[in-house]
Amino acid sequence: MQSRSPGAYLGWTLALGVVLFYALIPVLWLVSLSFKSPATVSDKKFIPADTTFDNYTTLFQGGLDSPLLRPLINSLSIALIATVIAVTLASFTAYAIARLDFPGKTLILAGALAIAMFPLISVVGPLFDMWRALGLYDTWVGLIIPYLTFALPLAIYTLVAFFREIPWELEQAAQVDGATPWQAFRKVILPLATPGVFTAAILVFIFAWNDFLFAITLTSSDRARTVPAALAFFTGESQFTAPTGNIAAAAVLVTIPIIIFVLIFQRRIVAGLTAGAVKG
Amino acid sequence: MADIKLHDITKRYADGTEAVKHMNLEIDDGEFMILVGPSGCGKSTALRMIAGLEDISDGELLIGDKVVNNLAPRDRDIAMVFQNYALYPHMTVRENMGFALKLAKVDQAEIDAKVESAAKTLDLTDHLDRKPSNLSGGQRQRVAMGRAIVRDPQVFLMDEPLSNLDAKLRVQMRTEVSRLQRDLSTTMVYVTHDQTEAMTLGDRVAVMRSGVLQQVDTPRVLYNDPVNIFVAGFIGSPAMNFFSGTIAGGKLKLPFGEIAVPDGVSHTGEVIVGIRPEDFEDARFAPANHPAGVEFEAPIEVLESMGSEIYVYFTFQGGEVSSDELAELARDSGIAETPSGGSGLAVARLNPESEITQGQRATLWFDGAKLHLFDPSDGSSLKRGRQEQQAAAEATAEAVDAEQEKPPPERAAAAQDDSTAAE
Repeated sequence: MQSRSPGAYLGWTLALGVVLFYALIPVLWLVSLSFKSPATVSDKKFIPADTTFDNYTTLFQGGLDSPLLRPLINSLSIALIATVIAVTLASFTAYAIARLDFPGKTLILAGALAIAMFPLISVVGPLFDMWRALGLYDTWVGLIIPYLTFALPLAIYTLVAFFREIPWELEQAAQVDGATPWQAFRKVILPLATPGVFTAAILVFIFAWNDFLFAITLTSSDRARTVPAALAFFTGESQFTAPTGNIAAAAVLVTIPIIIFVLIFQRRIVAGLTAGAVKG
Repeated sequence: MADIKLHDITKRYADGTEAVKHMNLEIDDGEFMILVGPSGCGKSTALRMIAGLEDISDGELLIGDKVVNNLAPRDRDIAMVFQNYALYPHMTVRENMGFALKLAKVDQAEIDAKVESAAKTLDLTDHLDRKPSNLSGGQRQRVAMGRAIVRDPQVFLMDEPLSNLDAKLRVQMRTEVSRLQRDLSTTMVYVTHDQTEAMTLGDRVAVMRSGVLQQVDTPRVLYNDPVNIFVAGFIGSPAMNFFSGTIAGGKLKLPFGEIAVPDGVSHTGEVIVGIRPEDFEDARFAPANHPAGVEFEAPIEVLESMGSEIYVYFTFQGGEVSSDELAELARDSGIAETPSGGSGLAVARLNPESEITQGQRATLWFDGAKLHLFDPSDGSSLKRGRQEQQAAAEATAEAVDAEQEKPPPERAAAAQDDSTAAE
């Protein structure tokens, strides 16, 4: 690291401050809103005049029938299941694409890219009809499948890049050392690709967690409705009050799992794990 | 421990290029065999075929009298050291070295004992719990060796294991490898492009060029009696000097004098004459009354004093040699190492007490009895028994022709293929 002059240091601090302010102000505003009572919610003050937790408590009133608890469980489960399946499938695919020469390799990559570029809105209509016919409408599976479709290309592309970074000699060394291809993959290649696997996992999880379009279209009840969709169904305390505070509180709550998820895994995403494998 | 037999082994890639052509080689049990040649000559490919990392297109490979063509690397009982070491970065030195034993489900106590003892041999005991990224180049290299020796395999395969080390360490590790092989007396196949390594390490050395085996023999025979101009130019540093000469009426005419044709040479007409640098001498220090000695005068272009010896580069007129083999050598090793690759410059090694100076016209001497004569048409030696070399020369000529018949883009692709294979 080269040391910077005090002037440059000050400049960087200022620049970072501006970026942070720009990025965080909406979030802070949301937090502020979530602590306001319906009476003061539109008072345009940043610091709530009367701090209240009512917005949060009402979200969970009534246990499993509460507005947020079921959707939260749905969201977490669906996103986690989709992530696990997508990352597992994508590791195998990416490994094959990075290492093996087989007919149709470019076709798979091109196909994955094509799917990733497909506008979601163009498939929800047909999916709605198909799911209703197949009985997948308003189920977890009904959401997991489309999430996989769109998350897999993302995961495959990320992982292919990581697998390509791993020197092929390592695998050959493992083979010579007596490893079966599966052992070489599991004991040598996969541990080295961990940062890539976690990167892919985070991307897939965020995609599934944040989705609104599929969630609102393919669900009709709390059986499978996820948080983003559930937010749209919040009602105020009476038909004349807007549910602004509740929505803000729920929005703050859905942000928390993402932050935890990223914080846990970003420690695993350290570059340079392959340092020392080969000379250089 | 086992012997290795390569019967007519060929490696052909999907595009038709042949990296290794009809290679026949028998490596005895416990022998230290070196495969040497310029980059892209197929030596690494040959090694990787023995390891099972490359498929064998044609021919038969036997390890310990068992055909292993279709065996996976793990079933061949071999250990390999890679050029870039290929250590597992997520494992400690101990885990790296014990990995193969662990896969073989060896008892943990036994693994520990074997790893400890190998670490002791290689002076790695203090580093057993470190990760490869915290080791120096030399230490990593030793870990790679350690990983191979704990296995106690039938065969060691080494793919340019020292080429990533700096010069001093390389010499040190060279001695180490040599000692190790003697102690273990395990069959070892060692690939290198460095002829010094080949000469100092091997029991026998196999010289390859464009996928064809040129000569397999002890370093001494390779040096004194090369089968063709390629082997002659490749082995020895500084390299052999080549001049063109003519044989007529029992006399051999050289750019710097005439001598009697050596015994056993029936060839007449154009020849290529090879003289090793040490067969020259300052005329002052030439042995008196040497029957075949010839004195001549030459302008000294460059003088390099090494302390124990002096190298002088002198120019000569009208005897430059150009041949495909020499061109390839020059390309591979840099023109400096083959001064006579058509450049009209020759190198001589002189007695360190010589008072010859740069720029001077000096009187030099050479030993006419130690000339090497080569046929200009195919580069084969004219002095040796012709049978075996003829075969090699024909195979090479065929291979080179085949290469040249291809349209240029395909050749470029093939060359690229070769180089990736060599890496």
